[in-house]
Amino acid sequence: MRCNRFASGAFLYFCCFLPSHAADFDALRNKMVEEVLATSGSSPPGPEVMAAMGKVERHRFVPALLAPVAYRNHPLPIGHGQTISQPLIVARMTDLLKIKESDKVLEIGTGSGYQAAVLGEIAKAVYSIEIIEPLGKLAEERLKSLGYGNVKTKVGDGYYGWPEAAPFDAIMVTAAASHVPPPLLKQLKPGGRMVIPLGASFMTQYLMLVEKRQDGLITTRQIVPVSFVPLTGGH
Amino acid sequence: MTIPRPPFIAIGLLSACMLAYEVLLTRLLSIMLWHHFAYMIISAAMLGYGASGTAIALLKDKIAPHVGLAYICAVAAMAFLMPAAFLLAQQVPFNPLELLWDQTHLSKLLAIYLLMMLPFFCAGLGIGLILWHFGKEAGAIYASDILGAGVGSLGVIGMLFLAPPDKVLVLLTALALLAASIAVMELRMRPKWLAAVFFALGLIVAVALPANWLEAHPSPYKDLSQVLNIAGSRVIAERYSPLGHITVVENTRIPFRHAPGMSLNALDEPPPQLAVFVDGNGPSVLTRFDGRLAPLAYLDQLTSALPYHLLTQPKVLVLGAGAGSDVLQALYHDAIPIDAVELDRSVIDLVRQRFHAFAGDLYSRPQVHVHEAEARGFVGASQDQYDLVQVALMDSFGTASAGLYGLSESYLYTVEALQTYLSRLTPDGMLAVTRWLTLPPRDALKLFATAVLALERNGVSNPAARLIMVRGWKTVTLLVKNSDFTLQEIEAIKEFGRARSFDVAYYPGMSPEEANRYNMLEHPYFFEGAVALLGPQRQVFIDRYKFHIEPATDDRPYFFRFFKWEAAPELLALREHGGMPLLDWSYPLLVATLVQAFIASVLLILAPLAASRARQALPSAPVALYFLAIGLAFMFMEIAFIQKFILFLAHPLYAVAVVLCAFLIFAAAGSWLAGRLQKRSMESRHLTFAVMAIAALSLLYLVVLPGLFQTLTHLPDPAKIAISIALIAPLAICMGMPFPTGTMRLASTARESIPWAWAINGFASVVGAVLASLMAIHLGFAAVILLAVLIYGLAAGALRRFA
Repeated sequence: MRCNRFASGAFLYFCCFLPSHAADFDALRNKMVEEVLATSGSSPPGPEVMAAMGKVERHRFVPALLAPVAYRNHPLPIGHGQTISQPLIVARMTDLLKIKESDKVLEIGTGSGYQAAVLGEIAKAVYSIEIIEPLGKLAEERLKSLGYGNVKTKVGDGYYGWPEAAPFDAIMVTAAASHVPPPLLKQLKPGGRMVIPLGASFMTQYLMLVEKRQDGLITTRQIVPVSFVPLTGGH
Repeated sequence: MTIPRPPFIAIGLLSACMLAYEVLLTRLLSIMLWHHFAYMIISAAMLGYGASGTAIALLKDKIAPHVGLAYICAVAAMAFLMPAAFLLAQQVPFNPLELLWDQTHLSKLLAIYLLMMLPFFCAGLGIGLILWHFGKEAGAIYASDILGAGVGSLGVIGMLFLAPPDKVLVLLTALALLAASIAVMELRMRPKWLAAVFFALGLIVAVALPANWLEAHPSPYKDLSQVLNIAGSRVIAERYSPLGHITVVENTRIPFRHAPGMSLNALDEPPPQLAVFVDGNGPSVLTRFDGRLAPLAYLDQLTSALPYHLLTQPKVLVLGAGAGSDVLQALYHDAIPIDAVELDRSVIDLVRQRFHAFAGDLYSRPQVHVHEAEARGFVGASQDQYDLVQVALMDSFGTASAGLYGLSESYLYTVEALQTYLSRLTPDGMLAVTRWLTLPPRDALKLFATAVLALERNGVSNPAARLIMVRGWKTVTLLVKNSDFTLQEIEAIKEFGRARSFDVAYYPGMSPEEANRYNMLEHPYFFEGAVALLGPQRQVFIDRYKFHIEPATDDRPYFFRFFKWEAAPELLALREHGGMPLLDWSYPLLVATLVQAFIASVLLILAPLAASRARQALPSAPVALYFLAIGLAFMFMEIAFIQKFILFLAHPLYAVAVVLCAFLIFAAAGSWLAGRLQKRSMESRHLTFAVMAIAALSLLYLVVLPGLFQTLTHLPDPAKIAISIALIAPLAICMGMPFPTGTMRLASTARESIPWAWAINGFASVVGAVLASLMAIHLGFAAVILLAVLIYGLAAGALRRFA
């Protein structure tokens, strides 16, 4: 009995420290932005990306229980075996796309909708496809309720992209894929950029940037999101 | 109430259930999580047994009048806890992938560990009580116990061939209830109808328990769970065997398209595919094949297609054929004949039978010969020569890149393995190994270093002339040739890369400017690494590299271990900076398991004794040292020799079952022998001989076994099993002697210290199981065996100084 009382007391005590007001979340979000900048090393994301990160209410994109920890620089589970990426990775990926205000962006793998919202803060239009139905529907409602009118979502197979809206200035493929679907490369404008994070859930190993040159030639750059060189440096 | 005689049958059945349960848990955890967690299960089992010894020591006076009842209760509790502990463990939301982000998962891991320990605690309590009560008949009870354990460890393998793991768990629960029923009869307990109640309960469990009540649910982050989340996915076939749970998934709405690392220049899509998962990992795919080669063009857009551009109609050996992707690739490139080796018969049967039409009778084609065998064992036994040995990409990208295999032994990628593959090549033949691309480079450079060493050991003076490495955006393929690469071949390789935007990471005579063209890295890491590994400063490069890329050997077969303690602080400091995924988490997990095993065994085995009256009977230092030493040394020997026999018996599971069974039975024989010898003379001279014999046999085996295994590898499985048992027998007999010898010496000198001696021994076994794995990773199995010999020597010295 004493144990139960102790546990209830501890829980209440813990709850006192959880953010519960918009102002608390604003403060946490600002702190997260500072943290992302501080941990970005020598190539911090551009100001428009950081402005978007400072604006999107990340705590609305995670399960309610995790809202208090939404602004930690960590990946978090969102159900159905999916995760919301670490804020640092979201910022790096968005930055790599070099999106302009007039751009049209395709996202494969809506997940929680957070990345789409960040893209939506910068680009003119975002098209996002989710393969897991419940996640896709939830993200759609969420984005709508938060007023992201420029983000269109649908549930379905991302392999063939969104031909009705193609071509795109930028494409982000956040869903795991064994290969880059040829139709997606076709829907990328010459001069366009595509970003693919590679690694397991909770563990983005490296980011792949695919660039389609004006002459159609495709090259990639593989970027480790952490400053960890030289590899044979002193321990 | 007096008990007429020990419940021999019930004890044997109980032990059989426990050992079977221990093996079964490793299967169930493989399905639920990623790694086999065997070391944790062994440690949990030992903890249960150790803690039960302490409980008996503390409670024996209170239990004494009710031994029979206490025994029945222990068996019944075990029967209840076997499924209950597993069901509860399934409810613990432990996610190894989150471990480094969220430390609460450490406590969840501890919860699973303690839950798993409970049934073993009950079993230990039951057997310990009977051993204690019928002290004079300890030899016969021990024999019954060990015989049951031996039968259980082998029997469960047979059961897993016949039924899925959840059904086996149901069956074991029913058998445990049967053990309780038999015990009531053997102990002549009253009321007599209790036996009927337990029997009826067992029957109800076996027959009426809902079909999937005990089904293992895979983590939502496993590949299979992720695929089943997609609308339209449905499981169309399942197969069970001790080697794994195979699931075939179809999706007609959103088809699978598996083409790992396909060139970005490729325009072709893979034909319809079925996804095949083993223990929820994968997928590998079963590709629809209608006899036409054109739809298979995508297979020419993978880095693994490279050797086919250098060889004409090669004779190919595919290792790890799975559902046939690499066989199709060989077929597409006119290879003839194609020998395909696959370990799991269920996979072969699926392609041959259930999906033969979908697969275009791939495994029944005249030019394709499928062999059900372990890859390394097959190559070792084969006398054929091949133009190409293709080692398939068997693991999944997510699993490999997350460091989930860090603790798994693999004899496919060791220096000795590569030497064996090269010995089966024609004079101009090639070995091709494809791995996932990891950044910063790990697998590829480790493989390159392994190939360089294998060539050197084969007497090749200039390995640089025989190696090629090509990398795409997601995969790396290494070619090792049995002769120097020609200029024409190098041109063909360059053209292959150019057409597919794959970078040639290394070829003989390559200039640095050619290294980083299509898939650009901040530095040409792969080229620089390859050059360093071929240069005179190789060891300096390996030592200074931030990941462990020292070649894996048969003695340290941890190809997937890249963790280095030296780099850990830097990576941890970079945790929030994106450095977390670079930490090979499975290694820290092993250390965490060791720490929890240590703490748990101190708290559950040693501390209760220290807090009781038993503290007045603290053993002398030599006694404590002796029982600590023999506990550690036994576990070191057992785990190291299981590993040594894996190569010979060609599969870890068979090796565990056979070696464990042989060790148990012959160690029991050793115990019996020690008892007889001790009765004749208290000088324990036989122990000195036993320790000397252990040392001599271990050292002899270390030297002789590799060659002997190589010579005998072609023998049929039953012969290999018989030889293994014959080799283990003398060693195990000697290893079975120290424990009873010490106990009997103590009984005549300081009887009150016996509970302590047993507790210390239990503690050493718990910690030793995990410590052996940890040391093998760092020092190799030979070193673990040598250390065990030294510890046995120490024990022999300590015995002389018993008070």
